[in-house]
Amino acid sequence: MKDFGELILALDATTKTNDKLDSMVAFLSSATDADKLWFVALLSGKRPKRPVKTSLLRDWAAEVSGIPLWLLEESYHVVGDLAETVALILPDVNETSDKSLDDRMQDLLELKSLEEEEVKAYILSAWAQMNKTERFVFNKLITGGFRIGVSQKLIVRALARHLGEEENLIAHRLMGDWSPQNTTFDKLLVEPDENENLSRPFPFYLAYPLEEAPANLGDVSEWQIEYKWDGIRGQLILRDGEIFVWSRGEELVTERFPELEKLKDFLPTDCVIDGEIMGYKDGFPLTFNHLQTRIGRKQVSKKIMEDSPVVMIAYDLLEKDGKDLRETSMEDRRKLLEEIVKNTSADTLLISEKIEPKSWAEAAKLREKSREVLSEGLMLKRRNSTYKVGRKRGDWWKWKVDPMSIDAVMIYAMRGHGRRANLYSDYTFAVWKGDELVPFAKAYSGLTDKEMQSVDQFVKKNTIERFGPVRSVKPQLVFEIGFEGIAPSTRHKSGIALRFPRILRRREDKKPEEANTLEDLKRILKFYNT
Amino acid sequence: MRLIEFTEKGLYCRQGDFFIDPWRPVDKAVITHAHADHSKWGMKSYLTHQKSIPIMRHRLGEINVEGLEYGEGRSLNGVKISLFPAGHIPGSAQVRVEYKGEVWVITGDYKLVDDGVSTPFEPVKCHSLVTESTFGLPVYKWKPQEEVFREMNQWWRENREQGLASVILGYSLGKAQRILCSIDSSIGPILLHGAIHNSNLALKESGLVFPETELITKDTPKEKYRGALIIAPPSAFGSPWMKKLKPYKVGTASGWMSLRGARRRRNVDKGFVLSDHADWNELNQAVEASEAEKVYVTHGYTNIFSNWLKSQGIDAEPVVTEYEGELSEIGEGTNQEKESE
Repeated sequence: MKDFGELILALDATTKTNDKLDSMVAFLSSATDADKLWFVALLSGKRPKRPVKTSLLRDWAAEVSGIPLWLLEESYHVVGDLAETVALILPDVNETSDKSLDDRMQDLLELKSLEEEEVKAYILSAWAQMNKTERFVFNKLITGGFRIGVSQKLIVRALARHLGEEENLIAHRLMGDWSPQNTTFDKLLVEPDENENLSRPFPFYLAYPLEEAPANLGDVSEWQIEYKWDGIRGQLILRDGEIFVWSRGEELVTERFPELEKLKDFLPTDCVIDGEIMGYKDGFPLTFNHLQTRIGRKQVSKKIMEDSPVVMIAYDLLEKDGKDLRETSMEDRRKLLEEIVKNTSADTLLISEKIEPKSWAEAAKLREKSREVLSEGLMLKRRNSTYKVGRKRGDWWKWKVDPMSIDAVMIYAMRGHGRRANLYSDYTFAVWKGDELVPFAKAYSGLTDKEMQSVDQFVKKNTIERFGPVRSVKPQLVFEIGFEGIAPSTRHKSGIALRFPRILRRREDKKPEEANTLEDLKRILKFYNT
Repeated sequence: MRLIEFTEKGLYCRQGDFFIDPWRPVDKAVITHAHADHSKWGMKSYLTHQKSIPIMRHRLGEINVEGLEYGEGRSLNGVKISLFPAGHIPGSAQVRVEYKGEVWVITGDYKLVDDGVSTPFEPVKCHSLVTESTFGLPVYKWKPQEEVFREMNQWWRENREQGLASVILGYSLGKAQRILCSIDSSIGPILLHGAIHNSNLALKESGLVFPETELITKDTPKEKYRGALIIAPPSAFGSPWMKKLKPYKVGTASGWMSLRGARRRRNVDKGFVLSDHADWNELNQAVEASEAEKVYVTHGYTNIFSNWLKSQGIDAEPVVTEYEGELSEIGEGTNQEKESE
């Protein structure tokens, strides 16, 4: 597993895309097919279920290292990564092992059927045969998530270069429901049998946020403009009389949405539709928290389907009667899509209506009001654009409405993970209820490294109490918190739940007593939830 | 009453009426070493190791300072003060304070490894030990320094082959000289940032010898950077001064580099795990060797390290000071001097 360990180390050591690419291509050129397949699976997040509970790993690591568990926990709070913490505290040894990545993965898969004592013996002997880097990688194989800045796009590029193939082709082959246990490197990437892949979705085309004034995009008539819906982006695949619904996270969710599954009998033709899975009732979209009650629930009760029914709002048509339409223009795809939606008698397939403003100024006005129809803003798609792979600039833009915002006081801070390990970077914010501060949101993104450091210093100097990794701090710093949605909640003390809360900026000009109140939040809640 | 009290101005010995590494102006200050968070401006008189004097003068100007050798003693109102090597940087000392048979040792910053430029650490037995805890967590365990310098030499060679400059960021006092004296200077020319050059001048006054180096000035021709090793303080990172060195690779030498998070945050090409502070094992060894009955833990993971000592049956408690061992972005870095070109 040394070569894979070194690859991970190399990927972790640089932020430069080209260096990462070179390391991956070098690894691919010398690794076995079995290792290559695991490499692709692990880095694209297709890992087997966790074979060992992390609580056991903690216990065993503390035991072997001769330190109390609490000290391991404290170390973990500082390091911000359990796999790394364990790798660092374990005593160094001189044994080595020639096991390959595939060998280790097969071992880990077999752990499921072993008794706890046998599992422990395996893990301890594995640790004893590895240096720090290998131990880290091995622990990550168990605990998951490498977070080394390798996107799916980059994996695709490395494989395309390694195999001398087109990136689009590789991206498509990597889609869908495969795992190293049910395929081989050759079958997946070199000579796939297309018949086996009825369910295989296309890579999604994603839009970048609009970075400049829309007037720079040329005439408004060159653009197809739609609302941007806040649901789950999905792909509906009807091939050979079978239907598959994929989420953007490449999860097969057909069974979770019987409303969409039934479309199998209502669509006139084989096709692949790109759209948004949305809560929708009585002719109106529902807020995201309705959809939230459906996500992650495999068994759907009648009651839930009545309370939070879903539809697919169709955006695009990617395949019809076995023909890949992605190179066809948006305008032509749209015509075919409109036909399909028009000809179905099902009530759960709608079309994302075109908005046809006469000018960019009119478009801007519609955008301002998009929240009133529960949309997040506008989508701008060039009428002659093809359907591309991944996030690309130029032809598709999302023009989101500005977030709602509120000024709040930071009351708790926690050490972050990954790049933010050891820095107080995750904060809890509160608003006033009388003279009491009520927490209502947690947020971490949105500050520059420099700002984060200054807040970190503040936290260290103004700690009131410590609770493990969390510190309560003097309520002194005010931040503007932005969010995309707001809903009532019984789980939060404040009685509200925010969607995508994040720090917009620090308000150094404001004193804590000038922050907003819970009443202010409730007013916003009332406005958008009636 | 304790022989050493923890006051708002610093560690104070009432009987001898002197402070150790105070952070507010006082009459009499005993200084463990010349780093800025331990050796502050504004004391009426300073007592320190004689090797620290040129650096302190360089940084603080004309001060009233008296120097001691290691092992040499001074008596103040019946309190005996003596200095022992701390191994942190040249001139760094542990302060031993004795009164009527009671002995306290204040470590200042220290490490147990012999770095080749500082006088190696000597354990001193005492009743009460005041120790730092900058790296007081079991995740901090340094590799042998030979290994780190092998990596550094290798990195320099590879960069040199590609015609790139190798910029290493490290403290201008201590770390820089340690690198200078341990790197393989036969690989190529070594160039210095002004802050490090100035530290070297002061250290040469105390008798230290360095390999040949060249100070970077605004007249240094660009081609000199190619293939060279350039040592600069952490504060130079991202500065206009650094831009002139392009094309380069940049590495940071610090104990914090043992954590991935810190390494990534720094956004350097390479992290070398090299520290002038004791790692977890060294801290524990030092505590053990002191045979102290009571341990006070200052700057660093004070709460965690003292809880650990307590779990080992050693009476320990955390102490709040203004030494900046606590984690900052540049790692050991907030006690950096004001560094200019």
